[in-house]
Amino acid sequence: MNALEKLGQYALLLYKALRSSYDIKIYKNNLVNELVKIGYESLPIVLLTGVFTGAVMTLQTAYQLDIAYVPRSIIGAIVSESILIELAAVITSLVLAGKVGARIATELGTMKVSEQVDALESMGFNSVAFLVVPRVLAGLIMFPVLYIIASIAGVGGGLIAGVVSGALPASEFMLGAREFFFPWDVLFGLLKAFVFGFVITSVSCYKGYYATGGAEGVGTSTTQATVLSCVYVLLADFVLAAVIL
Amino acid sequence: MIEVKNLKKSFGDNLIWQNVNFSIAEGETLAIIGRSGCGKSVLVKHLNALMYPDEGEVLIEGQNIFDLEYVALRKMRQRFGVLFQGSALFDSINTFENVAFPLRYFTEKSEEEIESLVMEGLDMVNLANTAQKNTAELSGGMRRRVALARATVLRPDFLIYDEPTSGLDPQTSDEINDLIKSFARNLNITSIVVTHDIHSVLEVAESIVFLEGQELCWKGTVDEMRASNNKRLLDFITASEYKIKTN
Repeated sequence: MNALEKLGQYALLLYKALRSSYDIKIYKNNLVNELVKIGYESLPIVLLTGVFTGAVMTLQTAYQLDIAYVPRSIIGAIVSESILIELAAVITSLVLAGKVGARIATELGTMKVSEQVDALESMGFNSVAFLVVPRVLAGLIMFPVLYIIASIAGVGGGLIAGVVSGALPASEFMLGAREFFFPWDVLFGLLKAFVFGFVITSVSCYKGYYATGGAEGVGTSTTQATVLSCVYVLLADFVLAAVIL
Repeated sequence: MIEVKNLKKSFGDNLIWQNVNFSIAEGETLAIIGRSGCGKSVLVKHLNALMYPDEGEVLIEGQNIFDLEYVALRKMRQRFGVLFQGSALFDSINTFENVAFPLRYFTEKSEEEIESLVMEGLDMVNLANTAQKNTAELSGGMRRRVALARATVLRPDFLIYDEPTSGLDPQTSDEINDLIKSFARNLNITSIVVTHDIHSVLEVAESIVFLEGQELCWKGTVDEMRASNNKRLLDFITASEYKIKTN
């Protein structure tokens, strides 16, 4: 199957998912499960990633701006601005491409090769509505929420690292963060998280839903889902920046 | 009644079979036999349109299922129960929930009614005591029986068995064969059994379709099979080391 055919197959799966999305009775239970798995169960890794990203960012910015005539509050501005507009969305999504994307591709791939998807279809189920729609919807809903949490954790981590290392006091960090805060940056970050959530869940569903060839096939699908999700997240990041900013 | 007309299937350049024609009467048990890889499972997946052919029709009471829109097709599929080769149980839920699954989504029954029907189904396959077990804890034979309980819980008109006895010991195979006969007799289900186990065929089938050499090589009743001189059919039967003629 060439790249164009795969693109067509992916588009067809999304079309089927869109057409099936009215069938809430079929997927409401799965949607709740997925919201918990993608959202609640990702909290520890998102918090950890956010805190350390902010902390490292503060320490490195303080090291690079160790110049007498630069006000220290600029560190808070650079760190918070970078986190809100770029790092919270992109780094969180790259981490979740591994956690969420791999899980989705493995689950659907295993169901596919063990004929569980055929079993659903043979019972008269719409397997796309049952398996794909709740996962993609949960991604669209939870990635922006996780972005907000990662942003708060990142700014908090940066502030704590600044205080603990003695680079700058909390008041100066917050002064810089407030001065350069633009609500549009948060909106742009939310938009990014929404798009990345769609990319990761839909690509992983596609790779899992069309997995073939037993355990090895599921492994291949999972690897492809993770790698492609990361690549497409970076690509989407670039496109969004080029088109919108 | 199911009628299969001029069915042809290939994957890319690889022809699986062509000119496949046969019919299954209401309440009949038909066995589809043939060597591994001859396309038996592919053929039965066409009966409820899990796969689509290159050419041909499958008529269910006169309606070609390949012409149906997806919503109508899903309704039609609900008239089928399927026992898959690997059982295809959902491993994220327990035995009880696997059998209850179609009831919860396709009926408006209360919890009490669902429980009663599930336990009745599990009782029919002698597994009432495994209701709360995880499906991963069950043996291969038990998984097949749970899958059979799930496939019959909505009382389908047609039941497809894909290699129901493969990989099972003779005693468990006999138990599965008894269940196939019992479902056909007691629930008046039209059954299609895919197998290469001649012993099973003689136990459960009334008519037989033999796939060989990318075509339907032979079809007839069990008695006609016993009397047949078709060389390819005889080669297949004797290779199974079952001396059918001496029975």
